[in-house]
Amino acid sequence: MAARSPLQLFWRRFRKDKVALSALVFIALLILVAIFAPVIRSVVGIPDPGERSTDALDAFGLPLGPTAAHPFGVDDIGRDILARVLDGARLSLTVAFIGTGLSVLIGVTAGMIAGFYRGWVDTVIARVIDVLLAFPVLLLGLGLASACSTKEGCLGGALQPGRTIVIFIIVLSTSPYVARIIRGQVLSLREKEFVEAARSLGAGNMRIIFREILPNLVAPIIVYASLFIPANILLEASLSFLGVGVRDQPSWGQMLADATGKVDSAWWFMFFPGMALLLTVLAFNLVGDGMQDALNPKGNKQR
Amino acid sequence: MSVSASEATGANPVAREKIMEVEGLFKHFPIHAGFFRRQVGAVKAVDGVSFDVLRGETLGLVGESGCGKSTTARLLLRLMEPTDGSIKFEGREIAGVKGNELKALRREMQMIFQDPYSSLNPRKTVGSIISDPFAIHGMHKDAGERKKAVQELMDIVGLNPEHYNRYPHEFSGGQRQRIGVARALALRPKVIVADEPVSALDVSIQAQVLNLLRDLQRELGLTLIFIAHDLSVVRHMCDRVAVMYLGRIVELATSDQLYSHPRMPYTGALMSAVPVADPRLAAAKKRQVLVGDVPSPTNPPPGCRFHTRCWKAQEVCRNEDPPLVAKDGGNLAACHFPLSDAEVLERVPSARNVNG
Repeated sequence: MAARSPLQLFWRRFRKDKVALSALVFIALLILVAIFAPVIRSVVGIPDPGERSTDALDAFGLPLGPTAAHPFGVDDIGRDILARVLDGARLSLTVAFIGTGLSVLIGVTAGMIAGFYRGWVDTVIARVIDVLLAFPVLLLGLGLASACSTKEGCLGGALQPGRTIVIFIIVLSTSPYVARIIRGQVLSLREKEFVEAARSLGAGNMRIIFREILPNLVAPIIVYASLFIPANILLEASLSFLGVGVRDQPSWGQMLADATGKVDSAWWFMFFPGMALLLTVLAFNLVGDGMQDALNPKGNKQR
Repeated sequence: MSVSASEATGANPVAREKIMEVEGLFKHFPIHAGFFRRQVGAVKAVDGVSFDVLRGETLGLVGESGCGKSTTARLLLRLMEPTDGSIKFEGREIAGVKGNELKALRREMQMIFQDPYSSLNPRKTVGSIISDPFAIHGMHKDAGERKKAVQELMDIVGLNPEHYNRYPHEFSGGQRQRIGVARALALRPKVIVADEPVSALDVSIQAQVLNLLRDLQRELGLTLIFIAHDLSVVRHMCDRVAVMYLGRIVELATSDQLYSHPRMPYTGALMSAVPVADPRLAAAKKRQVLVGDVPSPTNPPPGCRFHTRCWKAQEVCRNEDPPLVAKDGGNLAACHFPLSDAEVLERVPSARNVNG
C-alpha cells in the first residue's frame, strides 16, 4: 500500500462528492473560457465586446433578442451580450482571485504573527481586525470610489479608480476574516506537543512557523479561500452594480445595473449576465462545501 | 542495609558520576488579572527542587497530577525558563544559556512526549519527522545518507524501515511512540527525559514500549529521567525514585528502598494505593486513604506541605518545613515523623513482598 498524504486523502474524499466535482469541472471550464475569451469570440464569430452592431438594433433603435449572429442578443447600444459576458468572466475571476489571494497572504501573515507571538503584537492585530470587521463594506467602497475617482487616484496614485480600488476593498474586507481564523488555528497549534518537540530538537521560530505550523494550515486555507472567492465575486458585482467598479471593461454587475430599466423589453439583457453570476457563485460555493466536508470527514453525512 | 545518605543518593556503592545537578529550582507562573494585567499571584509549579542525576541511571519522578513533575522535566530540558535555581549538565551551568550554545545543548538532552498523537506533526511523513533533528543540526546533509540514518533509527526502535514515507495517522499508538523514541535518539543524546511515555497507551502496548526504552538505555548507555504516575511502571523501570508533592521533592530513594520501606507518609499512602494481584495480600492490606485535595499551588500551606492531609501531622509540621534528609533505611525524606517499619508493613503491600 502506498503512503497517502493527508492532501491525497482529502482529494480521495472530495472525489466521491459528485456535485462538488461537477462544480469543480464547471469552474475549470469557466477559467478556460475566461482565458480564451478572444479565441472563442473569433471561433463563434461574434464581435468584440465594445463594438456596436447597429444592424442588430431594430428600426426604432431597440435591441434584438438572441439570433444566430448574436446568440445572447445585444444591449441597447448594440453591443454583443455573449462577448460581454465572456469578458465579464475574465474581470470577475481576476478580481476575485487576486483579491482573495492577497487577502489570504495578508490574513495568514497577520494571523500567524498574532497567534504565534501573542503578547502586545497579538493585542494590536486583534484590535485592528475588530475595527476592520466593523466597517460597512459597501459604504466604504462607495466612499473610497468617489474619493479616488480622479485620474491620479488615492494614496499617491497607489489606488487607481477601477480594478485596483475593487481589489483594495476586497482585501480590506476579507483579510481580517482570514487573519482571525488563522490566528485561532495557530493559537491552538502552537500548544501542540509536536511544536514543543521541534523546539526541544533545537528548531528556531522560523522553522517552527514554516515547517511545523504552516503545513497544518494548508487545508483550512484552501477551504476558506474557496468560500471567500464566491463572496468576492459577489462583492465585485455589487460594487460594479453601484457604479464603483470598473468602467472601461464589461463586468457582470455593471451589465445588471444597465439592464435594470429594460427587463420588460429585453429579458436577455439581464438574464445572461445574471445567470453567469449565479452559476459561477453557486459552483464556487459547492466546491467550497465539498472541500469542507472532505476536510472534516466526521461531519460528513454519507460515507 | 546501611543508613548512610550516600547510599540513598548514590544508588550504588561505587559512586557514579553526576551527569546533572539541580539546585534550588523554582518555576512560578505569574497570574495576571484586571484591566492592567497586573500580577496578582503565581502558580508555584516547582518550588525549590534539588536533586542529582547519575550517569546511566533511570531516575523516576512520580507524583499526582499537578505536582510539578512535567514542569521540572521541561525546566531540565530548557523548554521553559526557570524562575530561579541552577541546573548543571556535566558540571556546566545551563540554566541561562542561549542561542547557539542552547542549540548545541539540545543534542545532549532529548524528550519523549506523553501523547503520541499530538507529538507527531500529522502533515509530515515519518521519515521527515525522524530526520528533522538532522536537518536542524546540519547532520547527514546527503539525502541518501540521511535516509539511511533514519532507516537505521527506525530499525533500532522496531519499526519497519520501509514505512519511511508513511504518515503518523497510519500507525498505532505504540508505533507512534516508537517514532517519538527514534526522533529523540537521532541526535545521540546522553540524557532522555520521558514524560509519561506510556500513560496514553493500551496496557498491552505499555510493556513493549517500556522494554524498548530499557533495552535502548542499556545498549546506548543513556541516562533516563522517567516521569510517571503508575507506581508499578516506575518500579519496573527506575533505579532511583523521587516523589514530588506540590512542587517539592518529598522523598528520594532507590527503588528498592522506596518500595520496601517508604518513610514519608505521602509515599506510604501512594504505595498503599497500588493494587495487589494476590487476593490474600489484598484482603490483609490496610489501605491508607488520603482525605481532602491537594492544596492550591498558588498558596501552598506553610510548614510541611503535606500536613493538611497527613494523619501523623503535629504542631511542628504546621510551622516548620522539614528538610530532605536521610531517614532510617537510607531514604531521603522531608518529614518530621517518618513512617516506622511496623506502620509500613501494615499499610504497604509491596513491603511484605520484599520482607517475606
